[in-house]
Amino acid sequence: MSNSSHDHPVNGPDGTPVTGGGAAESTPATYDSSHVPAHRESEPIADPGLPPHQWRPTDVDPRLEKRAERQIAAMFIAAMISAVLFVVAYFSFSVGDNWDTFAGMGASTVSLGVTLGMSLLLIGIGIIHLARKLMADHEMVEMRHPAASPQEDRDATIQALNDGLDEAGIGRRPLVRNTMLGAVGILGLPAVVLLRDLAPGSTLDVSKLAHTIWEPDMRLVRDVVGTPILASEIEVGDLINAAPEAMFPTEENGYRELEGAEEQAEKAKGAIIIVRMDPDDITPAKGRDKWTVDGIICYSKICTHVGCPISLYERTTHHVLCPCHQSTFDLADAAKVVFGPAARPLPQLPIKVDGEGYLVAQSDFTEPIGASYWEREKQ
Amino acid sequence: MSTDSRLDTSKVATSNRTDAATASKGSPAGSLASWADDRLGLATAMKKNLRKVFPDHWSFMLGEIALWSFVVLLLTGVFLTLWFNPSMGHVTYEGSYDQLRGVGMSESMASTLNISFDVRGGLLMRQMHHWAAMVFIGSMMVHLLRVAFTGAYRKPRELNWVIGCILLLLGTLEGFTGYSLPDDLLSGTGVRAADGFLKATPVAGSYMSFLLFGGEFPGESIIPRLYIVHVLLIPGLLLALIAAHMLLLVYHKHTQWPGPGRTEQNVVGYPMLPVYAAKAGGFFFMVFGVIALMGGLMTINPVWKFGPYDPTKVTAGSQPDWYMGWPDGLLRIIPSGWETVIFGYTISWNVMIPILIVPPLMLVVLMLLPFLESWITGDKRDHHLLQRPRNAPTRTAVMVALMTFYGLAWAAGGNDIIAIKLDASINQITYFIRVAIFVGPVVAFWITRRWCISLQRHDNEKLLHGYETGIITRSVDGQYAERHLPISGSSAYTLTARDRDEIYTVAGDTDAAGVAAPNSRSEKLRAKLSSWMYVHNVQKPTRAELEEAHHHAEHEAQLQSGLDHPVDGHQFDDHQLRNTDEVPLRDH
Repeated sequence: MSNSSHDHPVNGPDGTPVTGGGAAESTPATYDSSHVPAHRESEPIADPGLPPHQWRPTDVDPRLEKRAERQIAAMFIAAMISAVLFVVAYFSFSVGDNWDTFAGMGASTVSLGVTLGMSLLLIGIGIIHLARKLMADHEMVEMRHPAASPQEDRDATIQALNDGLDEAGIGRRPLVRNTMLGAVGILGLPAVVLLRDLAPGSTLDVSKLAHTIWEPDMRLVRDVVGTPILASEIEVGDLINAAPEAMFPTEENGYRELEGAEEQAEKAKGAIIIVRMDPDDITPAKGRDKWTVDGIICYSKICTHVGCPISLYERTTHHVLCPCHQSTFDLADAAKVVFGPAARPLPQLPIKVDGEGYLVAQSDFTEPIGASYWEREKQ
Repeated sequence: MSTDSRLDTSKVATSNRTDAATASKGSPAGSLASWADDRLGLATAMKKNLRKVFPDHWSFMLGEIALWSFVVLLLTGVFLTLWFNPSMGHVTYEGSYDQLRGVGMSESMASTLNISFDVRGGLLMRQMHHWAAMVFIGSMMVHLLRVAFTGAYRKPRELNWVIGCILLLLGTLEGFTGYSLPDDLLSGTGVRAADGFLKATPVAGSYMSFLLFGGEFPGESIIPRLYIVHVLLIPGLLLALIAAHMLLLVYHKHTQWPGPGRTEQNVVGYPMLPVYAAKAGGFFFMVFGVIALMGGLMTINPVWKFGPYDPTKVTAGSQPDWYMGWPDGLLRIIPSGWETVIFGYTISWNVMIPILIVPPLMLVVLMLLPFLESWITGDKRDHHLLQRPRNAPTRTAVMVALMTFYGLAWAAGGNDIIAIKLDASINQITYFIRVAIFVGPVVAFWITRRWCISLQRHDNEKLLHGYETGIITRSVDGQYAERHLPISGSSAYTLTARDRDEIYTVAGDTDAAGVAAPNSRSEKLRAKLSSWMYVHNVQKPTRAELEEAHHHAEHEAQLQSGLDHPVDGHQFDDHQLRNTDEVPLRDH
């Protein structure tokens, strides 16, 4: 369709057609229409064909044309100015100490964003204005073609494919074919095995999920400062975010210095919350009557749903809520799930008081903490 | 070179061209083009494509927003990689931001703060990158809806629809891996939840988690691994699939709205050079400019306010980026206790259903939509004319039902925010959505379908009786009536430029020999579904119906022509010439 802009009626500025011929007449006689819906002829209303071209004000009025030119050039010039202002702003403002001076966002970021944005926007609007007002606006008609190849091409391709396969002779030699497929297929094995050391050596030991760093007589310490907690200093209604003392090794307590991944993993698993409530409020759990100290009760801080640390405590109801998916646990009733998607109670850490009155663990958790996993019950 | 008879051998050849050299002086662009074509031979392909026709409609711009925001993502992303350090090594922050100075954090968090506060334009680029990601995914979704609602996914474009769905999935994963990189408290919480999802996978879940994290969560490997996925693997796939998406678009030629002169056989619009190239190119600058303004004026992901990741801490209102919100919402509304232990192995339905089962299932359903539709309708023709949503009531209703499901799941993902803003009980909101997620799509389906059918009726009314002029007349016996005038010929044609729906019927349960036809059970199902899909639709009027209606209108005009003044109402509605046995065209 090299000349398709003339395939439909075009009117001169005075309204008279300058070239004839409707879109329908330009349909090549050879066009194969079998692939498109057929009942066009039986339409209740015949296709009136493309409407005549409407001239724009800028096509017929030189003054308006000049005005559009000036508008577009003004936008491009403003874009240049904006780009220069960007450079000025870059060197005028530093980010560091005034990041929130302007509207809470920093003079540098705001001025760079506005100048860059305006420059780009003005270029864009200018180009589109140019396209809409001054570029030729004759609609063109192009004929469609079936997505499918012509039938003879299909036949030739199938023939070529069959010839090729025949000459390869793979189909006639099943032994060769099967061993070849097997040999290539088995390469999947090295590919998968190579990924084994994504978690090298013993780091792949999933049984670590079943244990935390807690051990008998390890002190419960405040999670930020690492100071041990006296049972007597906790009031009824308090919630304390706490950690194992081993996360704060000193020469005095003798715990081994943890580093990097190991430290992070133990920190992620060992986090606990300590609450104190009226002992009468606590619903006694089977076999756990010796796990608390005067209404002081300790649970894993890690949600049993997908492992977010929980922390939103409502002291009147003794409910604690996970901020990620709103699983709610009743700390007075063995941390059973009272709402939300979690399936299991928070694991309870058995605690007691040592000789100096500090809270210590009786043992590690008696079940794996955090999110469920396949072998959880087996460990 | 072949022995071309036109070859003039009397001259000494200085090139291997087969035609005689001419002394014509081309334009600089022309001579550059010939220089290139001598080496690349692109002219054959370009002669058609330089003036390729693209139809114009505002809704065709939505996919373009996605394309251009992806370009902005590539540009801003490259800038960020120059300073970002994807390492989980522990450092103490010593940069410009007071509140975190002296705080220990990973190098990725520290370098993110460095980009934000010590690199000029760094925060702008970070925010532009994040906003562009939101625009990218949002525009892909709206573009997807446009394609579905107009039936543009029908043959021959089904595979391009599938590619588009994969692009949406990849874009979402790209977003997740990207916002996890700064290793701040909010994104770290998201990564820990992702670890929980992996662990909920049956059989291999724990090992998948350990392999991904290089050992037990959180390890020291996850950020560098997410980084390479984010900057190389997924962008590479995105680029390749976007290229395929565009090539198919060019090969199929763009769909167009029906109208006078716009048929299944042609495409009407502006040529690529110059109009379409200028509009699309200008639009790139506009998208870029708007994203730059957003990056400069709207704070997004202020990681300095969240602080570095600490596995023992969390903030209230923890939420993923909005496009991850709907699986998170499903995760929130699963009732308590959906976990079973079989032979000592734990199966966490409460995580598997909302994360590992429903979202992939939804994606598969989405990808299959064009194939399901063409199987049910038995329509194997190519379609290049778009349908108005009302003219495919069942498809439109299915899409609205899916949107309702999505919207409710998404709202559930913000149930804590809704509870705070509306001062409502989070429990009540959650209970409500648990029911609404099943009831809502059904109700939405039913309302949408009836709505579409009503709109179809309205179109037919306009065709047969004209449009409502708003002129109310009162007859001598006190009846009020509204004057109707016929719509223009081209509007009338456009309204009728749609196919009649054909309900698929089974030819016969048994063939001539009395043997059950193959697939007769699936054929029966197909016929039932086809009937369910089409049976209530309103078909366009036939030529005879239109002529009858026009005859009535002409008759009215005739009566009117005898009068010395124009009539502006239905003065003749009860005239004797009208056959009073027929159902009145209008009730008044």
